Amino acid sequence: MKRGAALLALSLLALGGAMAARATAPEVLRVNDAAVAGEGMPRTLSEYGFFADGARQVPADGVTPYALNTPLWSDGAEKLRFIYLPQGTQLTADGEGLLQFPVGAAIIKTFAFGEGADRRLIETRVLLHRADGWMALPYRWNAEQTEATLAVAGGRIDLVTPVGEAISYAIPNKNQCKTCHSKDGAVIPIGPKARNLSVRWMADMLDRGALDRLPPGGATMPVWAGYTGESPAEPFARAYLDVNCAHCHQPGGGASNSGLDLRWEQDDPHAIGIMKRPVAAGRGAGGHDFSVLPGEPDKSILLYRMDSAEGGIAMPELGKASVDKDGVAVVRRWIAEMK
Amino acid sequence: MKRFALAAVLLATAAPLAAETHRVEPGEGAQARLLEALILAAPGDVIELGEGRFTLTDGLSLDVDGVTLRGAGMDKSILDFTGQQGAGEGLLVTSDNVTLQGFAVENPKGDGIKSKGADNIIYDSLRVEWTGGPKSTNGAYGIYPVESKGVLVQRSKVVGASDAGIYVGQSRDITVRGNLVEYNVAGIEIENSRNALVENNIATHNTGGLLVFDLPGLPVMGGGNVILRKNVVFDNDTPNFAPPGNIVASVRRGTGVLVMANDGVLIEDNAFEGNATAHVMVIAYTQPFTDTRYNPHARNVIVGKNAFGRGGDDPQLDGKEMLLAAFGGALPPVLWDGLAETPDNALKVVAGVTGWSLNLSKVGQSLSEAQPGPLTLAPTELYMFPAVGAPAELEARLK
Repeated sequence: MKRGAALLALSLLALGGAMAARATAPEVLRVNDAAVAGEGMPRTLSEYGFFADGARQVPADGVTPYALNTPLWSDGAEKLRFIYLPQGTQLTADGEGLLQFPVGAAIIKTFAFGEGADRRLIETRVLLHRADGWMALPYRWNAEQTEATLAVAGGRIDLVTPVGEAISYAIPNKNQCKTCHSKDGAVIPIGPKARNLSVRWMADMLDRGALDRLPPGGATMPVWAGYTGESPAEPFARAYLDVNCAHCHQPGGGASNSGLDLRWEQDDPHAIGIMKRPVAAGRGAGGHDFSVLPGEPDKSILLYRMDSAEGGIAMPELGKASVDKDGVAVVRRWIAEMK
Repeated sequence: MKRFALAAVLLATAAPLAAETHRVEPGEGAQARLLEALILAAPGDVIELGEGRFTLTDGLSLDVDGVTLRGAGMDKSILDFTGQQGAGEGLLVTSDNVTLQGFAVENPKGDGIKSKGADNIIYDSLRVEWTGGPKSTNGAYGIYPVESKGVLVQRSKVVGASDAGIYVGQSRDITVRGNLVEYNVAGIEIENSRNALVENNIATHNTGGLLVFDLPGLPVMGGGNVILRKNVVFDNDTPNFAPPGNIVASVRRGTGVLVMANDGVLIEDNAFEGNATAHVMVIAYTQPFTDTRYNPHARNVIVGKNAFGRGGDDPQLDGKEMLLAAFGGALPPVLWDGLAETPDNALKVVAGVTGWSLNLSKVGQSLSEAQPGPLTLAPTELYMFPAVGAPAELEARLK
């Protein structure tokens, strides 16, 4: 009860601050910096002001769309990605790795299913860079598509994937956001690594002063959509595993105790699973002895788990209710061609 | 409206106020209410589970330091994951100084309760059970602390895990005390961990009772300093139901204690009965490996005084009939592979402990080359062993 009273006082202060900020420029659509960098968890997505038109995903001033060469697969969801940078700030390149974001920045990702007029926004996840670190929050869109509301406890929604599978889609809860977005116990972004962004996008950001330089090693990951049966399997498979698995499967990640390290830069064959025995796979091992057995995709635990949608077997554990047939095909080819 | 919203959303970050108790009852919307309580808890808060069955479709998680999650008892507050759709475990804890007490986790799809990088954690009076009996489709681990410093698991019960009932991995300063583990593949397993005290537990009707493993290729290496003391290890007679491919799938039915690799394991004052393969088995790691940090030998293993009853009378080993005939109908209690890294750190037994050796001469050698014979070690009179176990502050927290 005591806590409640103190909170009310705090919230009045915060409200006053927000109103004052609005009063100075009422006519311009601006991102609410206090909501991004403040201490609370805004209850609705619109409070941030990231979108000029939320339903159509038209970004506000200072909010820039971006795409990844090889994206994380989430039951075939369409993903609309944005970066928000406060006025006068920029991204700092750090080699081929994650771009460094200033405090006050945000990363916004909306998940949608359906095409054209049938498109439905399901959820928008935000990563807020605050003075004490990153915070990850999920917002669930209403049926009218007019607002998304904070879903601290996550939720489920029945939907049909682009390949026609009826699934129970899981919106992650706040802790599950951190399960993937975690390294050494702290929340971090995963996606915007220089190596997985296009030269064109980075050059554009550079031109606008929103990025400090073009980093060496940038844009080196393959463009997933450009894969054909003629493409070499290895770079696509390794990019896929990095983007879909390595946020947990790396030292300091959520699955570090497995000893499996699927990062793009890892070049020790044992660490990426080749002839590596399982540690705590349980029935996820599927009766196989090795994560990756060269030449034998059907005897490789890694592929077995990718190719399953069953709880306790399926990998990734979160954000997947169906099997990514394209991802499985590429990794299968990589293992089959491996000597 | 707006003011209300802001007040509500500020809740989570208002930490420095007095600890509170939040009570969550089963019934309509229990999953969302419980998840919100776990997520929005402040450090030091207590979350109380009411009596009854909580029907859950997704995994739970706790990432706030110093929280106590307490139920009305292991048979009264039941987290039922029979209909679980996602996540790798029933409950995942990733914060420090957490106390879990007095509730049950039933039928999770993957592991039961996992804590990772969660220092000074207490698991007390819990039950994790796969209620359909031993099946390879059950989850792997019941109680599963990993990569943690300071672990106390006590007065808990785990039934039906398709790997280990209580598994402590890549951790240090551990006490596992007074638990009942039955119908698991492995009752209790201490793996790649240091300074572990396993005492006063009952391990029965597992495939193997107590396992102490050190494996290659893991981030945390160098398991050792483990004491197995005053445990009752009897009738571990369940056929191995682990999914193939896992290391425990190789455990033979009727194994009491299995030490594989490791540096420093003391086995004393335990009672063994009805373990048909071996009451105590001490062996090197048998698979090929490339990890240069790894030592596959079982070093400095001491078998002190124990009560050895009937056992070794139906060993799940090749050449069983010949072995039984040679040893007069039952194998003696201690089975050693005969592999000593050095004479100094080889297996030690006290006077009166009998056993047999495979007399292998090198690590990884085929069992078909074994030359079984009675154990011929000179008895050790005195031995020293460091004090091990969880930090005293963990037990103090429960007082």
